[in-house]
Amino acid sequence: MGMTMSQKILAAHAGLSSVKAGQLIEAQLDLVLGNDVTTPVAINVFEENNATSVFDNTKIAMIMDHFAPNKDIKAATLVKQVRTFADKYDIKNYRDVGQMGIEHALLPEMGLVGPGCLCIGADSHTCTYGALGAFSTGVGSTDMCAGMISGKAWFKVPSAIKFNLIGKPQGFVSGKDVILHIIGKIGVDGALYKSMEFTGEGVQYLNIDDRLCIANMAIEAGAKNGIFPVDDVTREYCNGRYQGTPVEYVADDDAEYDEEYTIDLSEIRPTVSFPHLPENTKTVDEIGETEVKIDQVVIGSCTNGRISDLRAAAEILKGKKLAKGVRCIVIPGTQNIWKQAMHEGLFDIFIDAGAIVSTPTCGPCLGGHMGILAAGERAVSTTNRNFVGRMGHVDSEVYLASPAVAAASAVTGYITDPAKV
Amino acid sequence: MNVKGKVHKFGDNVDTDVIIPARYLNTASHKELATHCMEDIDKDFVNNVQEGDIMVATKNFGCGSSREHAPIAIKASGISCVIASSFARIFYRNAINIGLPILECPEAAEAISNGDTVSVDFNTGIITDETTGATFQGEPFPPFIQNIIEKGGLINSIK
Repeated sequence: MGMTMSQKILAAHAGLSSVKAGQLIEAQLDLVLGNDVTTPVAINVFEENNATSVFDNTKIAMIMDHFAPNKDIKAATLVKQVRTFADKYDIKNYRDVGQMGIEHALLPEMGLVGPGCLCIGADSHTCTYGALGAFSTGVGSTDMCAGMISGKAWFKVPSAIKFNLIGKPQGFVSGKDVILHIIGKIGVDGALYKSMEFTGEGVQYLNIDDRLCIANMAIEAGAKNGIFPVDDVTREYCNGRYQGTPVEYVADDDAEYDEEYTIDLSEIRPTVSFPHLPENTKTVDEIGETEVKIDQVVIGSCTNGRISDLRAAAEILKGKKLAKGVRCIVIPGTQNIWKQAMHEGLFDIFIDAGAIVSTPTCGPCLGGHMGILAAGERAVSTTNRNFVGRMGHVDSEVYLASPAVAAASAVTGYITDPAKV
Repeated sequence: MNVKGKVHKFGDNVDTDVIIPARYLNTASHKELATHCMEDIDKDFVNNVQEGDIMVATKNFGCGSSREHAPIAIKASGISCVIASSFARIFYRNAINIGLPILECPEAAEAISNGDTVSVDFNTGIITDETTGATFQGEPFPPFIQNIIEKGGLINSIK
């Protein structure tokens, strides 16, 4: 019996010729990641257990992005703890204010992840790197600590769901609409414990930012990982960037899948997830023009803080003003994206429209800082979760959408189809 | 090993943001995290929970963020065991790794009511609702995970 793409990467890193779903394996890691929220817990476990060394100081990344620039004294204390540890063990990929970005925007850009690599990260959106043909999954801090010490992690080999993508997205439809559509279809536990393997001729029409966005939200369907085949789009992005040796894995023709879906990208419409679960989706055609009045728009995050996201928002906002009473916060994902957006003149568009541009941070996505909601307030956000209290008060609401829908909504003050602005 | 306690019952898709909101993640103190456990879904939970009590929920418990602070907050609040129809995978791993006993058992998760007294035998996986007298067979851990638990958690198991 054949293997899925995910299973092949796991087998290679476990030194096995083949693996099958359900098998428990121990695999060698190419990268271990943590952030300013999860790394302190991993360091505490490291020190409580009297560990004295890390497996490889070049294969650990510590990115201070969630509450950085430090939002309060407690957050500053956590970052200081990580900085001290990184200095002591000479962690090469420690990134603080000035060199940091939102981890899942930054690591691909730095070339720390690429085709065929195996990565764990103490952040649930670590599944993002599957866009590059990597096996990449989120874990907790104790797993991160064990990975830092041993360079290994145990895995239960996942079964998979195959998503055969056909057709070409139309109009303002982006990767965000594709993944929200899929989560709406299969539910927030529709891929629980499984791989989501994306394949088919439609993949060629998705740029690297679309793929990173789609793989990023695999976790919102409960998946262990999301993964794309490696093609010319991937190679062009990774060439001269990826620091490792790319290895291109292809799923066997006779690989076994628990389920298979065919998704026609040409039929997908701009899609919005209503509170309080990503599976509560409606297309813009199903939302009345003045149905959902909003107070805030957030354009950014590890899901949609990349250059094509900012361009999509700018295209809508160019020459327009935000609706009265709407606050719009734009957060480029990394320093490089920030500079690129600035040089392309996107900041003029945002600021002239009445939006603000923040330094890279996860900030409001998880209700950390830089745009917290009061009771009764509503945000349209390009982030990834709309759980109760996610962006602030327990009685606030988050509507997940693409950068184009978010920008269009900022202009009208209601959730709006970008084609109508 | 056996535990026995009063049940705190929750529904589907209890996410890690309601188990421990991100606004409290600026600390890694177990005791401090416990004081905010479940507050966005049940603000009285921290006042009502007693040492040894049991949490029961239906499908996809612990979905969302990978924050280990979530099982830490539950354990530090005094909860001795979580029973659910299914768990989100990162939460499942984290709970094992920090030594919070969890059991998958859809029948028990559906049948048990808030406030019931429930006992759990981890050796057999048998869950007994002492209020109604009903018993359920929970899914026992695979030997690989049993080994992690017996060695006192993941870090001890790799030493």
